[in-house]
Amino acid sequence: MSWTPTDYAGWGRALRASGEVARPEQLHALAALDAAPAMGMRRSYGDAALNNGGRAIDMSRFDRLIGFDAESGILEAEAGARIGDIAATFAPRGWLPAVMPGTGFATIGGCIAQDVHGKNHHHMGSFGQHVTEITLLQNGAETVTTPGSALFEATLGGLGQSGVITRAKIRMIPCKGDVMFVTERRARGWDEHLAFLDASTASYTVGWIDATARGASLGRGIVEEGETGAGIVRVSPKSRAVPMDAPHFALAKPIVKAFNQAYYHRVPARGRTVVKPLAEFFFPLDKIHDWNRLYGKRGFHQFQCVVPLASAPALRAMLEEIAASGLASPLAVLKRMGAGRAGYLSFPMEGYTLAIDFPNRAPARALIKRLEAMTAAAEGRLYFAKDSLAEGAQIRAMYPDLPKWQAEVAKADPDAALTTDLVRRLNLRSA
Amino acid sequence: MESWIILGATSGMARPLLRQLAANGAALYLAGRNATALAELAEDCRLRGARAVHALPFDTRDHSNYPALIAQFTQEDGTLNAAVFTGTMPEQSQIDADPALIEGVMADSYTGPATFLQQLLPHMEARGTGTIVGIGSVAGDRGRLGNYCYGAAKAAFATYLSGLRNRAGRKGVHVLTVKPGPVDTPMTYGMKMPFMTSPEAVANDILKAVRKRRNTLYTAPIWRVIMTVIRLIPEPVFKKMSF
Repeated sequence: MSWTPTDYAGWGRALRASGEVARPEQLHALAALDAAPAMGMRRSYGDAALNNGGRAIDMSRFDRLIGFDAESGILEAEAGARIGDIAATFAPRGWLPAVMPGTGFATIGGCIAQDVHGKNHHHMGSFGQHVTEITLLQNGAETVTTPGSALFEATLGGLGQSGVITRAKIRMIPCKGDVMFVTERRARGWDEHLAFLDASTASYTVGWIDATARGASLGRGIVEEGETGAGIVRVSPKSRAVPMDAPHFALAKPIVKAFNQAYYHRVPARGRTVVKPLAEFFFPLDKIHDWNRLYGKRGFHQFQCVVPLASAPALRAMLEEIAASGLASPLAVLKRMGAGRAGYLSFPMEGYTLAIDFPNRAPARALIKRLEAMTAAAEGRLYFAKDSLAEGAQIRAMYPDLPKWQAEVAKADPDAALTTDLVRRLNLRSA
Repeated sequence: MESWIILGATSGMARPLLRQLAANGAALYLAGRNATALAELAEDCRLRGARAVHALPFDTRDHSNYPALIAQFTQEDGTLNAAVFTGTMPEQSQIDADPALIEGVMADSYTGPATFLQQLLPHMEARGTGTIVGIGSVAGDRGRLGNYCYGAAKAAFATYLSGLRNRAGRKGVHVLTVKPGPVDTPMTYGMKMPFMTSPEAVANDILKAVRKRRNTLYTAPIWRVIMTVIRLIPEPVFKKMSF
């Protein structure tokens, strides 16, 4: 297996790395390699999958399905298998991964290492709560870990530090088919937006937020509620690609404002129900390949925080700050989370989560710093899958179980062969 | 009802094609040398919807079990199809050091699969339907400094497929010659190559070309233009070029 000098980046493209990368396809080839951090499709926005100056293992070719038990709904797959691929394969047969993140390109290994959540977090909790077994490669040998063990909890949301995830078993949930019935409603402002999210009983709920709207319209957006269904829906097979880095003004303030205005008014005032292919609801941006290039070659940052329910006013204050800055992009999501989380370093807490993209420029970086401080003050939490700018001490304080994780990881990877740029930047392992 | 036998099924280029065939409910006969990799792939294809999956030991350099494999495959009713992904590409410098390697290169890209197809074809002709997909290479279109032994083997296979098409077409069996440019597989991992395409794109192109009964497919399509130009370069000029 050849180690190949490679330049690569997190999904936000603001943080980059160069180093040797290997891409084995068989377990024996993987096990023969010197230990190095694993990466999947690199959909973490910051540096969670980067190892600048060191080595990394590209797991994307470990994408085989291993077994499925139609009695229990448990699927075993290799770590590089993609969520969208699994959904497309099993939804027509009546099964879906219990939790799916916002991109179908996310791999099983990545979903475990970040303990991701989806549009049904308020019902189903995090991805890791539906994992029944994880196989890790530690020092060239495989170890199986199951719920209840400290190693298991250190692995879910564990940023790949407890061993290279080679395969896992996940519990799938029944679904009616591979189409979605989606009800879209306008939320005219902040209070209505939160009220809709609080009252939603749908299986899948998410709010798109117009982060440029101010005054009485602050917090306005579209609340989408989805249910799976059976039926026939026209799937447009063509996916598009962004062929080059966009110029930096592509997402300038007037353009974003106009886009958001149109996007908001696309849904009639009385709301509507539409039928969509499953992937269009769960992975709306996946149809545009390399959409991250829209932010130009400097890339972008995503800020995502969750704050406790009682801190909703603090979240509103953050949104005011964002709207006043005029720096937001159209990609902004508001969601109510349940309490479900599976690992020591899992992100979720019961409350509201806000995710929003900003182009990588000095005023935006300064704004994100302010938002991070506001998150800390609101006793909220920042998300390792998105982070590229946090202060180590600030983010470490948001994860009270960090010492337990550190103890387990120190046992699992005593030589610190699996550290990544993120782990070093935030000094997670040895603080 | 479609059945496919895939020679060199563990090839990185074959995987997405296998998955699409599986999703369409085909019966798959996966033939290759690496039994572990074949077994993993077979289970993957079964879970993705293949009607049936069989893993078969197949070696381009040992023809002794070909009749048995063909007997097993031809028990399937309906349309029989075959796809050939076998091939190896040692560095030209390795071949310079050990010219005996040429025999293996020829076996993997040409003599092995041709020996197999020659025995399978009468069964397909008897049914008057089906497709044979053979993977050649743009390297077979002109001998180049860097990989002319590999190119020669692929050229031999392309010429064989051309004749096979001429013969089989009369009986309703279609032959598609695929000439991929560089594809992002383990064979090319770590090499810097122009107009690299993905195995997924190759699979889509192949299935479309099968539906349209195309004779020769370049994938990525730009390679048809590039190779036309390269073939037009006069030999006195070409012999001084190195790329």
